[in-house]
Amino acid sequence: MRKSLILLGLLYSINGFAATPQELLKQYEVQAKQESPAFSGFSADRGASFFRTERMHSDGKKVSCSTCHTADPRNQGKTRANKVIEPMAPIVNQQRFTDAAKVEKWFGRNCKDVLERACTAQEKGDYIQYLVNVK
Amino acid sequence: MKRWMQFLVLITSITSAGALLASGGMGDNGESGGSQMPPVTNAKWKAECSSCHMLYHPGLLPERSWNKVMSGLDNHFGENASLDAATRDEITKFLALNSADKQDNRRSSRINQSISANATPLRISETRYFLSKHDEVSASTFKRKSIGSASNCIACHKGAEKGNFSESQVRIPR
Repeated sequence: MRKSLILLGLLYSINGFAATPQELLKQYEVQAKQESPAFSGFSADRGASFFRTERMHSDGKKVSCSTCHTADPRNQGKTRANKVIEPMAPIVNQQRFTDAAKVEKWFGRNCKDVLERACTAQEKGDYIQYLVNVK
Repeated sequence: MKRWMQFLVLITSITSAGALLASGGMGDNGESGGSQMPPVTNAKWKAECSSCHMLYHPGLLPERSWNKVMSGLDNHFGENASLDAATRDEITKFLALNSADKQDNRRSSRINQSISANATPLRISETRYFLSKHDEVSASTFKRKSIGSASNCIACHKGAEKGNFSESQVRIPR
């Protein structure tokens, strides 16, 4: 019994990516403070407008997060190649924001696709805060 | 003929008939040398290469094409699909190992033969083989909402992700 508990603990610690949205927010808060001394917390409202605001991409097309994820993050989205994207809001998709590496991978790709630059920790935190708050 | 010899001949003929049947049956099972691409698998390929689009079988393009695809993931058909170096290298190796020029199934060979030696296509849908096989499908059919584009094989070929593009299984959605 004891051995199996130790083993379980070991397995859990090896799987270091498993996280909760709140833990991810804490990590981004640390980063945001480093990026800006004026950091004063994350805002779900800012995240909501970040999610929907369209910008003109240099390829001439208007684009936002909601282009693929739809304006309602409780809905399934669709990629340009016609593949379903599961909803972003944890209220309907509990897998969201539970894997730090996965979250970083997709911020890394999608920020460049939408904003043509990397996102700041402030933006990532606002975004997660918004989605976590969606009821 | 002695009895044991008769038995031996019987057994031999049964096994060879079985083997013949099995090899004949391979044609559509996608075994080596068959008409369909053989089932292949790699966990990272499956996880990483099917988040945004259907899972393309490595036997659809030659090794040089896959190498080009995998070295340009930061602009993958207009999208950023970058991977960490270790994952990218593992998938590249897997694709190369099972690419159209390494396969001996008929479809991969024909795709490969339809590509000129100095070309390195990134799109399967631009190969001569693909174009000749789909010349009766109109542009407006490919644009149907249920299909999207010529890159969405699985809309009409339900076995596409397993490498099965058998004509008898084609069903074009409305």
